[in-house]
Amino acid sequence: MNHTVVAAPPPRLQLLGICKAYPSVVANAGVDLTVQPGEIHAVLGENGAGKSTLMKIIYGVTRPDDGQIAWEGRQVEIHSPHDARKLGIGMVFQHFALFETLTVAENIALALDHKVTPAQLAPRIRAVSEQYGLPLDPQRLVHSMSVGERQRVEIVRCLLQSPRLLIMDEPTSVLTPDAVQKLFESLRRLAAEGVSILYISHKLDEIQALCDQATVLRAGRVAGRADPRQAGARALAEMMIGRELPACRHLPRAPGEVRLAVEHLSLPSDDPFGTTLKDISLELRSGEIVGIAGISGNGQQELLKALSGERPLDGPGQGGIRLSGSDAGALNAAQRRKLGLGFVPEERLGRGAAPGLSLADNALLTGYLPAGAGMVRRGLIQRGAVREFARAVIERFGVKCGGAQAAAGSLSGGNLQKFIVGREIALGPQVMIFAQPTWGVDIGAAMQIRQAIIDMRDQGVAVLVLSEELDELFMLSDRIAVLADGRLSRAVPAASTSIDQIGAWMSGDFGDGGAAAAVSPSNSEGAAHVPA
Amino acid sequence: MNAELLIAFLASTAGAATPLILASLGELVTERSGVLNLGLEGMMLVGAVSGFAVTLGTGSMTLGLLAAMGAGLLMALIFGVLVLSLQTNQVATGLALTLFGIGLSAFIGHGLAGQTVAPLPHLHFPLLSDLPFVGPLLFRFDALVYASLLLVAGISWMLARSRLGLVIRAVGESPHSAHAIGFHVTGLRYGTVLFGGAMAGLGGAYMSLALTPMWVEGMTAGRGWIALAQVVFATWKPRGVLLGAYLFGGVTVLQFHGQGFGLAIPSEFLSMLPYLATIVVLVLICRNPQTILLNKPMSLGQNFKAD
Amino acid sequence: MSRLEPRPEPSRRMMLASPLIAALAMLLTGSVLFFFLGQEPLHAFYVYFIKPASSWYGVGELLLKATPLILCGIGLAIGFRANVANIGADGQLTMGAIAAGSVALYFDDVQAGWLLPLMLVAGALGGMAWAAIPALLRTRFNTSEILVSLMLVYIAYLYLSYLVHGPLRDPAGFNFPQSKMFNDAAMLPLLMEGLRTNAAFLIALLAVAGAWFFCSRTFAGYRMQVSGVAPAAALYAGFSEPRNVWAAFMISGALSGIAGVGEVAGPLGQLQPSVSPGYGFAAIIVAYVGRLHPLGVLLAALLMSLLYIGGEAAQIELQLPSAITGLFQGLLLFYLLAADLFIHYRFKPRHRAAPAALGENA
Repeated sequence: MNHTVVAAPPPRLQLLGICKAYPSVVANAGVDLTVQPGEIHAVLGENGAGKSTLMKIIYGVTRPDDGQIAWEGRQVEIHSPHDARKLGIGMVFQHFALFETLTVAENIALALDHKVTPAQLAPRIRAVSEQYGLPLDPQRLVHSMSVGERQRVEIVRCLLQSPRLLIMDEPTSVLTPDAVQKLFESLRRLAAEGVSILYISHKLDEIQALCDQATVLRAGRVAGRADPRQAGARALAEMMIGRELPACRHLPRAPGEVRLAVEHLSLPSDDPFGTTLKDISLELRSGEIVGIAGISGNGQQELLKALSGERPLDGPGQGGIRLSGSDAGALNAAQRRKLGLGFVPEERLGRGAAPGLSLADNALLTGYLPAGAGMVRRGLIQRGAVREFARAVIERFGVKCGGAQAAAGSLSGGNLQKFIVGREIALGPQVMIFAQPTWGVDIGAAMQIRQAIIDMRDQGVAVLVLSEELDELFMLSDRIAVLADGRLSRAVPAASTSIDQIGAWMSGDFGDGGAAAAVSPSNSEGAAHVPA
Repeated sequence: MNAELLIAFLASTAGAATPLILASLGELVTERSGVLNLGLEGMMLVGAVSGFAVTLGTGSMTLGLLAAMGAGLLMALIFGVLVLSLQTNQVATGLALTLFGIGLSAFIGHGLAGQTVAPLPHLHFPLLSDLPFVGPLLFRFDALVYASLLLVAGISWMLARSRLGLVIRAVGESPHSAHAIGFHVTGLRYGTVLFGGAMAGLGGAYMSLALTPMWVEGMTAGRGWIALAQVVFATWKPRGVLLGAYLFGGVTVLQFHGQGFGLAIPSEFLSMLPYLATIVVLVLICRNPQTILLNKPMSLGQNFKAD
Repeated sequence: MSRLEPRPEPSRRMMLASPLIAALAMLLTGSVLFFFLGQEPLHAFYVYFIKPASSWYGVGELLLKATPLILCGIGLAIGFRANVANIGADGQLTMGAIAAGSVALYFDDVQAGWLLPLMLVAGALGGMAWAAIPALLRTRFNTSEILVSLMLVYIAYLYLSYLVHGPLRDPAGFNFPQSKMFNDAAMLPLLMEGLRTNAAFLIALLAVAGAWFFCSRTFAGYRMQVSGVAPAAALYAGFSEPRNVWAAFMISGALSGIAGVGEVAGPLGQLQPSVSPGYGFAAIIVAYVGRLHPLGVLLAALLMSLLYIGGEAAQIELQLPSAITGLFQGLLLFYLLAADLFIHYRFKPRHRAAPAALGENA
């Protein structure tokens, strides 16, 4: 009887000592990672831990400064995405690499390395997308598709090349809870066929539901490895953050008078690929936080611009916006600030702050309005007052920077967000709107910002928070509503609703008798854009 | 107004339109890949003087035209290196290219004033050119007029149907996405920029070798800028360039045929017409922001650097 | 270029140094060019760059030519800072000259103190009116101001040509296309005996001071700067983009118009078929090389002026074509743009680490 010793198959992918540094930050410092065939492997870490950079290295978009990569036991060098695809690596990007003005088939044809025409590709797209439960119409223009549908294009694009390793970078931030489950089914099917999956995320509950193994990154290094189904959420979270997760102090409070009233707001979008707002009504009272949930692409940008004054109302039938009783619909952003509105936008550099200008100059951006702040007198800038204000904000919120004269672009995302939030709070608004307040922000700054939001509400400010993170909304909000396809659901107390109900509303079915619309945002009226 | 005058008018329209078509098509391809090259006027002038100088020196029209394309290409290469590799601002660099081109062409053409060459010959098709009325109208142009029409069709097909066109459109919409998929964005943009330069040079040479076969300082008189406006007017589609160029061509030659048509307007005002028409047409197209938003290549004017 | 990496903060040192580097590079290239043209490089360099400014009269010429460059350059710089590209400054200069010249010719036989100020106001208004067209078309119709203001340059040139060939032609001028010479009351006073520099130079200096104050101290200047650097941030702050665009065009148009007055009520003394050898375009280079800063514009204008008069001197003494000036000007801007690279990028420091051995266990 001969026993032939069969060696275990080599790992599908092995990274050793990967290092990558950028001018202002070290993204990866000596990262080791091993993925087995057919394994669903999570890469866990909060924003800024180095996950995206690592994936870019594996996919050949960037080259590492140091370290080695082994594919199925052989050392390889991945110079480009083409090389990666030849090895059998596919990547579904967090920010989709799709072209809106092209069709599904054209988009996929572009990414395939052998030259196929979009027409030849169409039947294969239909077949593969059906097979994995992600149906697609090859002739549709991408700009007419919802975010969830666009992700399907990304996935099918990878699947058509029969990958052996599939990288998914934060895939569920753009999905309703329903769609998340469907995605997980597709991924499990792939894993059963022997495909390895690298699943990048910071959402612990999803990782525990889906993944076999987890590697935790923190500040560019591997902080630990675990089996997420065995290890508890607390253990994983502590590996991610390195310390106890601070909790938010959130006590119930009785709301006061109505500070912001939106009445039947109906507004077409300026962007031909945008979403029309339909009959939105909302009341926001002093001393309460109302959270608006919804995936981007359902009218958030349009609603925010209408509320902030960046897109004033300019015609009949558009509805009304009232700030503390005064009609504010036709006013621009500066005029609404005079009425007590504060706003922290989603985009930091370029909208909330001007890149290239110093923090002091950026303080002036909205700080000129309250007459009491004294930064502008008789048309002249009072530089001393401006500097003082900026310094006060920096100190109060612990903004790590090179002083009030530091260029806004030199701060990390979290610190710049803290400065912008601090600036708006320091101006003493009566109504405050936050859009994605902790997006791309490290956990320490994120908790600080969330606590500041709660503190504002405790002092009687009326707060509106738009966020894609349901966890955050449930942590902060007194009432929650959902924005889907340009329509707003009614706002219900957070304590009396659940993630499931919110998830259902995000699919467009408000269940209140109003006409339910599909999740896909509507096109602009008129012919669909035809290229060339 | 008799038929002969009308034929002459319509025929000279083609001559005036051709340099615009050539330069505009080149810029259109460049812009579809996301690069804005404001240096058309400079490249056309350098092409004009180079083509003229080489033809004068060698006696060969073919060599002259090739030299013009090469000169335009070299000018575009300067622009490409600055914008694509050194990440300079596209608007400023394009303006610099124009100013440099105006100076360089004047410098090269210094000794050429007053000299002439035999113009680009008109073609003769065996039966077609002799047809009454239609013959002199359609079938007696020089080779470049027909070439420009073929180029309109060819580039239109290329952008809409070929893989290269697909990649150009993708890069023009989102260079970052194209890079993430693995396309060499900078290499592709170098290609479109150089193509634009060669076409601009050819367009300029058409003026100095076919229209008025001589060199005069600054002879393009703003045609490069009009060609830029045409790309917008055509909403970045080659067919629109054809229409616009012939419209402008007609307006341009009006100043020469105006008296024949019985117009009693001072010649300077007739000369203003192409520029006025450009403004009017731009306003009409840009008035509705949706038109531009839907058709303008999304990354136009923005630099791209791979990290 | 893979050896370059972006800097975390733009380098202030390079912001000051790059115009100097560009100027040096241009001078070096010029010397090489002289050599290839069969000139003795050092002698040609002296004749072109040093000699023209080395006499009192030369200094006067330098300041005279710098005047319209400063005026147009300041206006353009303020515009560029606000992302308004007023490429048509030469057209506004021409219209300002026409307006002032028309006033001078209308009051042909008047010798009063109010004539000159009236001409200056007319010139400014003429420039502003011409600049109002691209401002209106951009704010109301979203039309690119680059193309519109440029088309208007050619139209202005043609209009001037029409006037000096027709309605404004000097009847006693032997049919030459030029107007009557302006009388003394319509001419700008000279600053010093024997020099051609006139009072317009003082106005230019005032413009420099005013622009410096406007850009660094006033809130209006701040609004325009934000509007140029980050339009979305300007909208967020409630700054009105149309207001900023209009302000930029009106300031630029007025200054260019006054530059036109400086020419026709100065060295020209009458309306001619062309009143500018392209000052409005050279001012683009002046604005960029001057880093869009009033003081920088002043220095850059002096450099450009030197290139103009050097070109004239080289034409006379060395028989070099005058077109060489345009060549140098274009080169200067190219070098500046290239040198600016190092404000935002630097060379990546190279370091090699010892390669790690491939792991023993999976």
